[in-house]
This record gives sequence, C-alpha cells and structure tokens, in this order.
Amino acid sequence: MKTILIHGGRLLDPAAGVDAAKDLLLKDGRVAEIAGPGKIKNTGDAEVIDAKGLVVTPGLVDIHVHFREPGQAHKETIASGSAAAAAGGFTAVAMMPNTAPVNDSPEITRGMQAAERGARVRVFPIGAATRGVKGEAINDYAALKAAGVVAVSDDGLPILKESTMREALASAARHGLTVIQHAEDTNMTAGGSMNAGPVAFRLGLRGMPAEAESQLVERDIRLVGELNDLRPHYHVAHTSTAAAIVAIRKARRNGMRVTCEVAPHHFLLTDEHVAEFNTNAKMCPPLRSAADRDAIVEALMDGVVDSIATDHAPHAAHEKEVEFERAPNGITGLETSLGLSLEWLHHQWKLPLGRVLSLMSAQPAALLNLKGRGTLAVGSFADVLIFDPNAEWKYDAAKTLSKSRNTPFDGWTMRGKVHWTISEGKVAFKAEA
Amino acid sequence: MIMTTQANSSARRKVSLPAAPTLPFTHHPGSALSVEHFSLAEITHLLHRAHVLERENPLMRANRLARRRLGLLFYEASTRTRTSFELAAKGLGIDTTLVSNLSSSIEKGESLKDTGLTLKAIGVEAIILRHNSSGAPWLLEQFTGLPVLNAGDGWHQHPSQALLDLRTLLGHVSPRHFTGDAELTAETLKGYTLTIVGDILHSRVARSNMLLLPRLGAEVVLTGPPELLPEIAVTMGRDLKSGGIRIERNFETALEKSDALIMLRVQTERLAGLDLDLEEYKKNYQLTEERLAKYAPKALVLHPGPIIRGLELTSAVADGENSCILEQVHNGLPIRMALVERAYAALDALEMPTLFGQENRR
Ligand SMILES: [Zn+2]
Repeated sequence: MKTILIHGGRLLDPAAGVDAAKDLLLKDGRVAEIAGPGKIKNTGDAEVIDAKGLVVTPGLVDIHVHFREPGQAHKETIASGSAAAAAGGFTAVAMMPNTAPVNDSPEITRGMQAAERGARVRVFPIGAATRGVKGEAINDYAALKAAGVVAVSDDGLPILKESTMREALASAARHGLTVIQHAEDTNMTAGGSMNAGPVAFRLGLRGMPAEAESQLVERDIRLVGELNDLRPHYHVAHTSTAAAIVAIRKARRNGMRVTCEVAPHHFLLTDEHVAEFNTNAKMCPPLRSAADRDAIVEALMDGVVDSIATDHAPHAAHEKEVEFERAPNGITGLETSLGLSLEWLHHQWKLPLGRVLSLMSAQPAALLNLKGRGTLAVGSFADVLIFDPNAEWKYDAAKTLSKSRNTPFDGWTMRGKVHWTISEGKVAFKAEA
Repeated sequence: MIMTTQANSSARRKVSLPAAPTLPFTHHPGSALSVEHFSLAEITHLLHRAHVLERENPLMRANRLARRRLGLLFYEASTRTRTSFELAAKGLGIDTTLVSNLSSSIEKGESLKDTGLTLKAIGVEAIILRHNSSGAPWLLEQFTGLPVLNAGDGWHQHPSQALLDLRTLLGHVSPRHFTGDAELTAETLKGYTLTIVGDILHSRVARSNMLLLPRLGAEVVLTGPPELLPEIAVTMGRDLKSGGIRIERNFETALEKSDALIMLRVQTERLAGLDLDLEEYKKNYQLTEERLAKYAPKALVLHPGPIIRGLELTSAVADGENSCILEQVHNGLPIRMALVERAYAALDALEMPTLFGQENRR
C-alpha cells in the first residue's frame, strides 16, 4: 500500500474539533501524521495529493444502503454499490439485510465482507433482527455480531409484534448492538403507494398515513422505557413525519438512547413531487406533506437528527417503468447525498459546513460504534474525503456508477465536488481532471 | 419560494423550498388524460365538433379518418365506454383493434409498456386505455409517444365521462353551449348546484367532474357516508378560482339545493374491507321516487352506469322522467368522436402530410 501525503488542504474534522490548514500523511491504512502546511517531509515514496483550495475531511458514512447482493445482482452488487458510494464521498456504508436470501446468518454476513465481493469502500453488514425478516423469532445476535454485523434490523419491513420487538431490544442491548426500526405499521399502509393526503386523494391512490410511522415509533419508545435497565439503543430509520420527530425529541429529553436518521429526499421533497405518477418519487416511507418536511428540516437544524442516511435502494429501469402502484419502493442516493446536503442544508439554509459533515460522518460512525472512523485523528483509519465545498455541478444519472438510475434528482444542481475518496489508505475514487 | 417553518423548537427560520415540479412531461397534444388538461376554449370546441359530427351524414363521416388505425386497450371489463369509443372510431372510418387483458399476452405477464410498443409497431396511431391502476395512461403515453385517450384509470380520472356529463347538463340548461355555439366561461354554470352521491372515494367519475364543473362556476356538493366520502375530498376544491366543492352528509339537505345529481354505483366489490352496512346505506342515500318528489322534483338524475336497480336508486327513478341515464349514453358517442378526431388532428398537425396515406406513417 502506497503512503499518501495530502498537502495544502483545509482539514475539517468536527469530531476532533479541527478546522485549520494541515497536511496529512496516510500510512498502512491509517492516519500517521498531521502537521502544519509544509511540515511533513516527503521521504520520496509517498504519492502526493495537492489539496490546495479543497477541504480534507473524514470519509462519509452511510448507515442505510441496499446493495442487492446476494440475490439481485441486476439491480446492484456490492462492487457497483460501493463504487457509487466512493463517487459520492463515502468510505463506509452499512448494508441492510433484505437481500435474497436475507442476511440472518454468520455465513452470509461473512460472505458480504469477503474480498471477492470487490468492495471499493468498507461495507458493514447489518443483520436481520428476526429469522427470515418474518418478525417472529429473533436471530442469534451473538453469532451475528461475531461475524461482523454492526446492528440488527428487518428494514424493508417493520418489527411489528410487540413481544418480538421487546425481545430484540433486550437481546441487542446485551450484545451491544443497535436495533434499527423501519417504522411502518403495515396494518395501516396495506395497498398504499404514497403519503395519505390531498395529493393521494387527487391522484386516486391509496395513501399511507403518517400515523403508521409515528405510532410505531411511540410504541417502540415505550418499550425502550420499559427496558431502561438494559439501556437499549433504538434507532429510527428514514424518519419522515413530524409526529415521529416529536416522539423522538421527547424520548431524548428523557435520556433514552433513541436516535434517528433522515434521508435527503425527506428533507427536500414532498408528496407534490410525485407529480404525474413519477415512480422515481416512490419510496417507503413515502414523500410526506410540506408540514412533515418542514419538521424534518427543523430537526436537522436543531440537532434532534443524528445522521443523514440515503436509504440507497436501486431498482432496474424495467422494474420502475410500470404502473405507479406496481412499482417497487426506493430510489438511489449515494451519489447525490453530499451534493444535495451541501446545496440545501449548508449553502441555502446556512447550517455550518462542519455540522453537515458531522451528520454525514462523525455522528453516523459513532451511532454504530464504528471505531476509528468518522475522524482523522492520528491513528484512525485513513478514510478521507477531499472535496471542493463550493463547486456547482449537475447530476447526470446516466453517468452513475450504480447499476441503477432510479433517482428523482436527475439534472438537479448539486454543490460540493468530490475530488478524492480514500478508503483505508487506498484511492477509491478520483474525479476526472 | 420562501416559507417559514414552524416546529416545536422556539427557532423559526426562513427555509426556501426546492420548486415543486411544473409538469415534467410534455403531453401529446392529442391525448386526453385528464379534464384538467383541457382549456374551456378547447372544451367549447369539442362540444361543437360533437354536435357537427353527430348530425353529419354517416357515409361522409366515415371518410374523415378512413383506414386510420386505433387500439382499444382494456384492462377492465367495460360495456358502455368500450362500445362507445369503438363505435365513435368506426363512425369516423377508423380501423380498430381491441386488446383486453383476458385474451392476450397481458395474461402472460407482458408489461403495459411492451403492449403499448407492440400496438405502435402494428401501426396503431392512438390508444384508448381503460386500466385499473391510477396513472396507467400517463405511463403508456410516456413510453409510446402516442396520443392516449384515458377511458378510466383506477380511482383517478375518466375525462370522456365528465365531458359527456357536461354535454348532458348543457342540453338541459343552455342549448347554445350544448352545441358549442357559445363559449364556456367561469360563469356558464354559476348558481348551478350538482350533487354527487355515494362512493366518492373509489370514483374516477366523481374526481373528473370535481375537476371540471367548478371551472364553469358550478357548486359541487358531495354526499355519502364517511367510509365512502372522506373529509379530505374537499381539498380537491382548495385551489379553485370559481365554483366550489363542499360536503353535505345529509342526503335530503343536499337534495334540496340540487339542480342535478350524479348517482354513483355502489361498488360492492370495493366494500369488502369497509365497515359498511348496505341496508343502512340504502336508508340514508338511496334515491327513491318519494325523496326526489319531496326534495328535488326538478333535479336531473345522472348515473355513469352500470346502475344497480334497488341499490343506489330505485327502478322507478331510473326509468322516471328526471332520469338522464340513457341520454348520457347517447351523448357519449359524439363526445368520443370529437375526442378521437382531436387526437388524429393533433397527429396530422405534428407530421408532414404524406401523399400515400397511412402506410408512410410511423
Ligand atoms: Zn426501510
């Protein structure tokens, strides 16, 4: 592995409280040295990256992606998905278990991390919370953890049954794992294909009410309270409603270990963006009302949200080119998350750059306890993103490194151009000159 | 766009929003997807063409679009809409081909996109689509590039039905508008109240009329039980510049103000998951002779069909003198001729006329 010297850049490492002109030396996959500009001498064998005018920051961490391997390689593989991740500035992603077969065993967990998968950045598997994600019997969390899972979830489906959720929270707490809930009371959303509200009524589509999310979050928070002695960590995936935010805010005020993530599409778009049955605006949870979206933005600004996560969910074109009600849920997001977050959260809404980066790196890394990531302190992994926070560009879905193009953001203006993504000391992505 | 967000925290900040999409697709000018896409001037013209075509010598009329090709693509059972469109097309001389989901490759799992592309390759120039999924005609138009006439999609829209309902109403209210000799305006139906009765939730006929009649100044009243008429239905009227949409749960109160009624079929197949007692429904919302005579003796009674005698209305009302049900069926054919004619006129305007007719068309 080549030694890399990054010089001339602005090091912005929110977790370490650093925002200054610094040079970095990356060696053996770790950050070996940090010093003032020009202070690190190149012993001759280091590859030198000129970061003049650029920001050097910990590689981004996305704790919610769907790479369709094993089982649906035509949508995405670990190789293609991680290539898209690298292009988007990510050096670590956590992969949901709803593959085919479902990741509910140590063998599959290990298989996902095997070198043959050709991952361009670090991929952390999330284990299925229940056997076959059926929501009944919980899996062997000790064995899954030993094989490398960083959390458990039935994502795509909720853990609906109260006794199962209670057991999952307790067992996960004993093994130091987080339970990630896809909060959707499917009894209320059956047959629904978009947010319940005026737009759904007008389009003649069955709606999915906001309460389907918030009521399950409220139920789960009650369980977390009842299991307080075990200090379980409960995390709400892709939070989309104002009412769920209220419940999460309250739980945190009460000192519970309750965290949440939001996706760029939920802080930018509303159900109006379904427009004329655009299947690339169909996902679960669905795009919500303007009031819900505003509450999500507010929660990002005031710190109730712990992380931005994409819920990157690739689907082939022919799968999305069908009747709206029949189209699968999900959109891609790895290549647009940074560009959208910088354009809207930072440039338009004035959230400080360090806060945006923290929501995309330090905080999600801490949330899943990914040691040595989300910071560039000496000794941590050499997971580095070097980017220009002001460069403006247009996203062209046709050029994606993902196998799929199902995004509502094709042609949108982005801010912040990725120049290099370095994963554990290796260049995973380099922008064309 | 700038708006202020309000949330639980004390902070209030200005948050600019990404613009809501302004119709990302450009529709084919010959398509009839939704009544929203028709200007009042266009509807006036359609009414005029319907009047002219209806009175034209059938032999002359059959030369208008002789040997052009049209596909009828039906994913749901339909009698009146299908036969009406088919006869309308044939009346203009068009060769039609019917593809239904029960006797075609659709049964074998072919996608709507591929079925549409196949029809196009056969030489079909426009497609009439009836589909059980809301929005399906948008998909078909997007992938074929052909004019698509929506013959009913899910719970969503049924534009030709709303237009024939309008023609029927105008026939009684204003003959000059009926023939398209007077321009429709936001005042044409001012002071006119039309009540839609019953299963609004599952009804594309209701949605289409709610999007059309208020634009002519009419007041649309919705009546029915909450299971079939959720409160949210009134939001359909929130951006109206004329007319209005409101809910009146009491059928008899609604009747007193009504100049016309659209009775909707009780779609028993949709009631499975709902907690609805049919006897209770009939008690509250069935249109009987007595109710009609007592509360709205002059009201026109419309129904998109098929009717279920003894359920949403009694046999006596269906056959009574207020009933316009067969008149609606009659009015459908000329309206659909005008819509089909419009589709081919748009096609011809888009492409250079050829000397050798259809064989050179794409
Ligand atoms: Zn999910």
